[in-house]
Amino acid sequence: MYRYDEFDRQFVTERVAQFRDQASRRLSGALTEDEFRPLRLMNGLYLQLHAYMLRIAVPYGTLSSRQLNTLAFIAEKWDRGYGHFTTRQNIQFNWIKLEDTADILSKLAEVEMHAIQTSGNCIRNVTTDQWAGAAADEIADPRPVGELVRQWSSLHPEFSYLPRKFKIAVTGAPNDRAAVKVHDIGLRLHLNDKGERGWEVLVGGGLGRTPVIGVTVRDFLPEHELIAYLEAIMRVYNLYGRRDNKYKARIKILVHELGADKFRAEVEAEYARRPHADTKVEERELQRISAYFAPPKFEKLPRWSATFEEARARNKEFAAWVKTNVAAHRIDGYAIANVSLKPEGGIPGDATADQMRVVADLAQRYAFDEIRVSHHQNLVLPHVRRDDLFAIWKVLNANGLAASNIGLAGDIIACPGLDYCSLATARSIPIAQSISRRFADLNRQHEIGPLRINISGCINACGHHHVGHIGILGLDKKGEEYYQITLGGSSSESASIGTILGPGFAGEDVPDAIEKIVNTYLAHRQPGEEFLAAYRRLGAQPFKEALYAAA
Amino acid sequence: MPLLKNGSIISDDWITIGLEDPRPESGDIVVPYARLLKEWESLTDHDGRLGVIFTNIDRVEALTLFLPRLALIVLPFPSFTDGRAYSLARQIREIGYTRELRAAGNVLPDQVQFMLQVGFDSFEIGDRFSADIWLKASRQMSLAYQRGLFRPLGQQEVWSERHREAEPWLEQPHAG
Repeated sequence: MYRYDEFDRQFVTERVAQFRDQASRRLSGALTEDEFRPLRLMNGLYLQLHAYMLRIAVPYGTLSSRQLNTLAFIAEKWDRGYGHFTTRQNIQFNWIKLEDTADILSKLAEVEMHAIQTSGNCIRNVTTDQWAGAAADEIADPRPVGELVRQWSSLHPEFSYLPRKFKIAVTGAPNDRAAVKVHDIGLRLHLNDKGERGWEVLVGGGLGRTPVIGVTVRDFLPEHELIAYLEAIMRVYNLYGRRDNKYKARIKILVHELGADKFRAEVEAEYARRPHADTKVEERELQRISAYFAPPKFEKLPRWSATFEEARARNKEFAAWVKTNVAAHRIDGYAIANVSLKPEGGIPGDATADQMRVVADLAQRYAFDEIRVSHHQNLVLPHVRRDDLFAIWKVLNANGLAASNIGLAGDIIACPGLDYCSLATARSIPIAQSISRRFADLNRQHEIGPLRINISGCINACGHHHVGHIGILGLDKKGEEYYQITLGGSSSESASIGTILGPGFAGEDVPDAIEKIVNTYLAHRQPGEEFLAAYRRLGAQPFKEALYAAA
Repeated sequence: MPLLKNGSIISDDWITIGLEDPRPESGDIVVPYARLLKEWESLTDHDGRLGVIFTNIDRVEALTLFLPRLALIVLPFPSFTDGRAYSLARQIREIGYTRELRAAGNVLPDQVQFMLQVGFDSFEIGDRFSADIWLKASRQMSLAYQRGLFRPLGQQEVWSERHREAEPWLEQPHAG
């Protein structure tokens, strides 16, 4: 994984000093809260309902054990002993004091981490496939480009006061696990006939109040032009994106209002007008970065692991875990082990300091010291020997980390909702917990098969409900929380936005409603047909009937 | 209003005139962009230097014709969170303008270093913050990841530091 050189280190250290100074000016009253807000946000510090929240960047979701151990340390020393992994592969701490923040940032800088641009109207932490560098279907590891974008976008002087936040996602695999079609900019790697790399550039996707699938503005952008082209897009957005209404300020609205063709023409004109010498992706810099992402020293192993197969045959629980939580690795004898942070009735994405240490320790012992955070709010050990899977599972199981539900009904994405967030209109966590309990029977979850349930506590859609196979949106009607249900969303390469089924439900009725939807699917599905495919074939009608006909 | 320029605080000697204000016979004057368009022919003959207050919504290409005569371009920050002028500043430098480029309006110390990098070289600073705070804030970061931007006050580019052994990087024609 990427390691800071002396310049990265100096940069982050100076940034901490800068923030320390800004915070002390705020505490002394020299800066007003209005003036301080964008400064603290650009360092990841939010003011929530009960306390400050600090969101720490996990660039492209990659962590070392040392870094994860430091997050555990922060959770215990400055928070309440746990942290919350987010849908943008970051981690946030919900009970932070302003006075402690600079010290926390210093501690992070020691392990080459920061909170730069995890918030605010700037280019946010770049996200990618949580299986990058490991997945069997991958063309190439997208993280070197992710790192390139991270560095280019860090404290970019032209693009730090954008109309609104800006999110970039990168994928190097045909099966899109990075949701690139619902990002402000999505980048997809392709190879041409000559084997050269080029990037498909999608713009204007997004969720929030106005969910949109991004449009492709370039099919195959040569890699060395990537940063220059991103600058052209950013400039068009910075100049012409709406600033009169924050709900219409994302780039998707600009693309929509101009129309995709006119928007593309503006970007191309800006691109053609500008000198590119300074923004060319230099081969030697890309190579320097790529060297850090060189594959670990894999052993030559047989594809078949006797240890693994025996354990699987002997232990049913382990076999169930393997079925959902273990994915194919591109190297024989290795596997990707997904660690679910969705125990029955738990808070999606939460991990205690002890759990973080357990995963860090496993990574050190078994996974070349690498951990990933997924945008589904889970953790991943990306490179483990199949021979070691049983030993890993035993440790996870002893620490409440072996929920066998990756991609199933229990693997719910949820935003913090009204329990923490000042924007929320309803609670998300208790809804996630009640659905998780309702579907606690693992055999049933496996019987239902792949199912994404996403929950947001307000229309800003941090829980990505629009792209859940089943989406749940918490709203407020005259002081009462109620929940709207959408069906048919997906953030994959065949992305789609879910359709609202009908009137909403009270919180306590949501598990019943979800159960009716699932039962309708089970009654109608063809052999081997997954939920999303069945919905796409059947349409909303049978689900509507099941939900509303009786009433 | 005092100005921050070249690392020191100086007074503003330009005379700002509005759309309808009478024009002085001589002296360095700054006019709104609309007036520049309307009175361009007579303004070219003005006895003194000429500056313009540009807008946030007009296109920079429209300034090309006037550039040789302009000695000051003022870009507005109606609020410090409105970042359009950062892009306008870079565009104005990219089309070859080399004289004074001023940030006006809601300019705060913690933004000045970004502004310097995109090509601003003077700042309306008001009297809320001491000179010390302004000067300190304009040197907060000694390194930047981006290439080819303006590097006043000793700021270095990570790129050139990192690749020192590589061939020397060509300066942008407008840099400086």
